[in-house]
Amino acid sequence: MQYFTSCFSSARPTVLFLMRNFYMILMICNTIRRNSSQEMTVQIELKNLVRTYNTVHAVEGVSLSIPSNEIFGIIGLSGAGKSTLVRLVSLLEKPDSGEVWYDEQRVDNLPEKELIQQRRHLGMIFQNFNLFSSRTAGQNIAYPMEICKYPKDKIRERVAELLDLVGLSDRADAPISTLSGGQKQRIAIARALACKPDILFCDEATSALDPKTTQQILALIKDIQKKMNLTVVMITHQMEVVRDACDKVAVLSEGKVVEQGSVKDLFANPKTNVTKEFLSHLTTNTANVREDGVVIWSDVPAHYTLRFLNDRVETPVISDIIREFDVVFNISGAGIQKVGDTKMGTMVCDISGEPKAVKAALKAIRERGVTVEEEQA
Amino acid sequence: MTPAIWKLIGESTLQTLSMVFFSTLFSVILGLPLGILLCVTAPGGIRQKPVLNEVLSRIVNVLRSFPFIILIIILFPLSRLVVGTAIGTKATIVPLSIAAAPFVARIVESSLKEVDPGVVQASRAMGSTNTQIVFKVLLPEALPSLISGLTLTIINLIGYSAMAGAVGGGGLGDLAIRYGYQRFRPAVMAIAVVIILVLVEVIQFIGNKISAKMMGRR
Repeated sequence: MQYFTSCFSSARPTVLFLMRNFYMILMICNTIRRNSSQEMTVQIELKNLVRTYNTVHAVEGVSLSIPSNEIFGIIGLSGAGKSTLVRLVSLLEKPDSGEVWYDEQRVDNLPEKELIQQRRHLGMIFQNFNLFSSRTAGQNIAYPMEICKYPKDKIRERVAELLDLVGLSDRADAPISTLSGGQKQRIAIARALACKPDILFCDEATSALDPKTTQQILALIKDIQKKMNLTVVMITHQMEVVRDACDKVAVLSEGKVVEQGSVKDLFANPKTNVTKEFLSHLTTNTANVREDGVVIWSDVPAHYTLRFLNDRVETPVISDIIREFDVVFNISGAGIQKVGDTKMGTMVCDISGEPKAVKAALKAIRERGVTVEEEQA
Repeated sequence: MTPAIWKLIGESTLQTLSMVFFSTLFSVILGLPLGILLCVTAPGGIRQKPVLNEVLSRIVNVLRSFPFIILIIILFPLSRLVVGTAIGTKATIVPLSIAAAPFVARIVESSLKEVDPGVVQASRAMGSTNTQIVFKVLLPEALPSLISGLTLTIINLIGYSAMAGAVGGGGLGDLAIRYGYQRFRPAVMAIAVVIILVLVEVIQFIGNKISAKMMGRR
């Protein structure tokens, strides 16, 4: 429309020409706007949000800029106000004070009818999936399109498309109760994406899933974010989720944002105790951890696996051997496991040096009560 | 047992069936919207209206605790107004419907309240209007439970309809009292009771089957 008014200020013949072609131009303008808005993603601005229940301050003055076209994490312990915050940002609840902006539009004070319209441009997934048990997987995906009055054949087409996107094409007619947790969340994701939302909210979306399924769901969300240029807001209490999926993160504690920034910076240089606490509970990325708890940090395969039992775990066996023999250890992985009361250390390494020295060193290691397994290369 | 008696038994059974059928129909027509209203206006509902909810709730409670036999008598004028007479099968349908409607309302209310609040939240988040939430989410999600509730209503109405016999309402209850009790024909009474028991069993069986079949598809 700006383009339209600026045209009016130019020469009169042009104005007449425009008048004559008013409808055509209007339509073109609309098409341009539509197309550009599909390309563009929405940025969210929160200004000093406050929400109190009775006397409990759930959210106490949260201001945040959530950039478009990225995955933004909001991490906090239970009771930190995450759930309330996500309900405020996703327009499910109104704040007591403060503002929510989507791009240039203030959305928290919209009348109910416009709120409903606005919500149709948002997608949301939940910890408990919240699928309709009265509908099959495919019918669940169809629901948001039904309420938006899509034509039937278009719904059918889009449901097939979405089932394909989340890799469950063969489960269209499955009752919800027959799906696994991961499959349910996939259907929930497909349902959230049905009306091509601008923003996807994930409220503890992976908290009910096992680590492996969590990774698969996060990979799917990341993939979809790129494909659809979505702005994703991910609420979680798991640092793993932030680490593996988010670009930026805000740490929420007692209703306030205590720290925010890029995930890399937060991990490298955590400033607050809350953040440090989260990082300390971080379990290692399961991809690098073997079943015996050994963390492998090198891709170079090593030939020897050393197992230390109980007190051997604490003695400086390796240092002693290096000092005594002319050998070099190249450690590519290690870990300690507690088996009942017994501590067991495992080390994966290469030992290099003169063959004779290596042989002597291995013998000395064994003499100190350490089991050595040699990989037959 | 003369053929005339058997004919009477047959007629009475049909009367009971028609009483139960129509009063179920009307009590659902009255009770379903009332139950929906009770659920959505309750605290935590999708359209909270505390005062309205309180008023409705009180009315329902009063009607439910009213002894049915007295309700029939009080509602004589209403029956006369609606069906033109205060006695007979047709007239009994009025107090039966009025008595069962609050019962249906409570059953609908509790069934709808059992629907997972998370699912309702999800449908709100997708931009459902309140009407859409009621008709496309709450009612379909609660359907198996509503069917169980309907079964219960029908069975209650069979019991109530027998009571209507005491005031000349017709049906099996009426038959049992007039022929079985007042004319000392225990066989007629026994047959009437057995038919009522069979009716209850059949309704319960069908209700359970439908409910179970629905749950099986979920």
